[in-house]
Amino acid sequence: MNVWLNFLIDSLAFGAVFMYGSTGEILTEKAGHLNLGIPGIMCMGGAGGCLVLNMIAKSNLPGFLIVILGVAGALAMAMLMGLIYSFLTVTLRANQNVTGLALTTFGVGLMKVIFSKLDPTVYLVGPKELYRWPFADRMDALQCLGILFFVGVVIAITASIVLYRSKVGLHLRAVGENPGTADAVGINVTRYKYLATCIGSGIAGLGGFYYIIDYMASQEAYLSLEAFGWLSIALVIFALWRPHMTILGSTVFGFLFSCSSYIANIEGITITMAAKPLLKMLPYVVTILVLIITSIRNKRENQPPASLGLSYFREER
Amino acid sequence: MSEKKQNTVHEPLFHLAKRAHLQPWKAWAIRLAAIVLGLVVCGLVAFILIEKLNQNPDRIDDFYYSFIKGAFSTKRKLWKFLKNLAILQCISLAVTPAFRMRFWNIGAEGQTLMGVLGAITVAFYLGGSVPNWVLLVLMFIAALVYSAVWAVIPALFKAKWNTNETLFTLMMNYVATFVVSYFLVIWVPSGSSTLGKLKYGKLPSFGHEYLVIILIVALLTVFLYVYLKHSKQGYEISVVGESVRTAQYSGINVKKVIIRTMVVSGLLCGLAGYLIGAGLDQSVTTESVGGQGFTAIMVSWLANFNPLVMLITSGLISMLNSGASQISQDFNVSGAFPDVIVGIILFFIIGSEFFINYQIIFRKKGHEKEAVK
Repeated sequence: MNVWLNFLIDSLAFGAVFMYGSTGEILTEKAGHLNLGIPGIMCMGGAGGCLVLNMIAKSNLPGFLIVILGVAGALAMAMLMGLIYSFLTVTLRANQNVTGLALTTFGVGLMKVIFSKLDPTVYLVGPKELYRWPFADRMDALQCLGILFFVGVVIAITASIVLYRSKVGLHLRAVGENPGTADAVGINVTRYKYLATCIGSGIAGLGGFYYIIDYMASQEAYLSLEAFGWLSIALVIFALWRPHMTILGSTVFGFLFSCSSYIANIEGITITMAAKPLLKMLPYVVTILVLIITSIRNKRENQPPASLGLSYFREER
Repeated sequence: MSEKKQNTVHEPLFHLAKRAHLQPWKAWAIRLAAIVLGLVVCGLVAFILIEKLNQNPDRIDDFYYSFIKGAFSTKRKLWKFLKNLAILQCISLAVTPAFRMRFWNIGAEGQTLMGVLGAITVAFYLGGSVPNWVLLVLMFIAALVYSAVWAVIPALFKAKWNTNETLFTLMMNYVATFVVSYFLVIWVPSGSSTLGKLKYGKLPSFGHEYLVIILIVALLTVFLYVYLKHSKQGYEISVVGESVRTAQYSGINVKKVIIRTMVVSGLLCGLAGYLIGAGLDQSVTTESVGGQGFTAIMVSWLANFNPLVMLITSGLISMLNSGASQISQDFNVSGAFPDVIVGIILFFIIGSEFFINYQIIFRKKGHEKEAVK
């Protein structure tokens, strides 16, 4: 029983990485922008946060301030990346796929350059304890689920409420479905696209920061971050463009991704080395199946935003 | 006074309009200016990154010197540059037919990887038991079949149910990665999951070891140019890309074109995989393609999906890569540094397309007076 409970908690903790990433990506996609730069943005979020921590961790600032500044660093760097993306795709109307891929190339590269020069004993060893609940016991479940995990859950639920229960959300969805119509009723399309992309990028960047400083908390963590950025984009489909569904979806993904290491510990089940890559393949296969099933059923509320991937030029009819 | 104000038309400072046509040389001048500007920014970024992180100060022009040195200084580097160009060009050619059809296939990475896997699978099981030329032919067929199958799966679903191809092909990349690591676990019992260089199935070479690959890709470039510009199938692809409705009205079977074009894309990816597997590595890892499948998408787009222009863009990207890796060696920064440089240049070129497609019209002086009249 205990093994299963640990397994569940680990899935939750691991899944939070995707939860952040895909909540951010959903906001962007709802504005009609398929941001393939999410892996790069998540990487740069992690790099920005750790860069700040590297500067302040040895200073005498109070703990909560270090926590907040680290988060702020991650947010700032990720939003800057989002700003590059939205400037190119919204203002300059560049092709979204190409811009996104270029952003990922740039972000992942820059993150590796930055991390190769940071000192893990400074940015990681001290601060990683600060992102835990101070009152949690060593053996407690809360020890595994740090502060940022709960922040992520709150963000995902808030994003859902804003998207589906508020006027701002309605406008944003209108922009993503048909910017021409949204423009005609007086919604500032450019502003919505910019804000959705930048806020979404900020949220995704926090996911990268969470992965490095909280979930993995190791100095090699940054090397595997890119793959989880792509998985976050997959999770958007799995969650059918609903941010609160990413909480469930990310747990399933975390479960599928880490089951190869957990199943081996459960009595009665033996697992060969060869099965491990096949188990790790599962999240992607499941995503493809979801994609196929939703396209076959063709229900309107489960489809991608109608103008996803197209740039909007008012004078073009 | 107040009446006059009412009549004044308030025109914004500038507005945008789509350009009808721009002379090619002007378009190229804009692109070139963007690249030059990008290189200046690259120099600055390199300066900041390296000088901030290292303590020994260097001059900024050292970067440019190192950059040039990396691409062309020795004969070996030149050959290596040409080889990288050829492989990148080959994958870029592979993604092009689908893009001309506006089918956003971003799965070239996985498709090429499957090609490598196909070639190496044959070499692994049959190496030594059949004559070398038979082995090479079988490897070639296997590479093409693996890649084509991988490419046609998303196309079938796109044609039948209009499944989003961008997301589908993206996922297929990772499935391919894990298929490769599955076979590596099976083939390498020691558990290290790295397959050593196989003894059999090396593409024969004459002249220089990379010459065959370069020639094959050069031929392919010409072939694809003719196929896309001067064949009926190429024309059909363009029509489907321009407007699916037009294609339907003129009697083109859109589903058939989608599937056929993705098979062509897959076959070309298979060829690229074969060149990597049989021509260069004689082995397969999950990193055999090394992100070139994604770079190829940008290369193809930058060249406006024209196979001949693609030689220039893939050359540019390869040059940036080899120049920047020289910088990362000389100045002791991370091996990921070339990606930063390529990313920055790409931003500038992507941005410059705006100034080619649109023109900014500023408010004319005296325009408001006219409005009053």
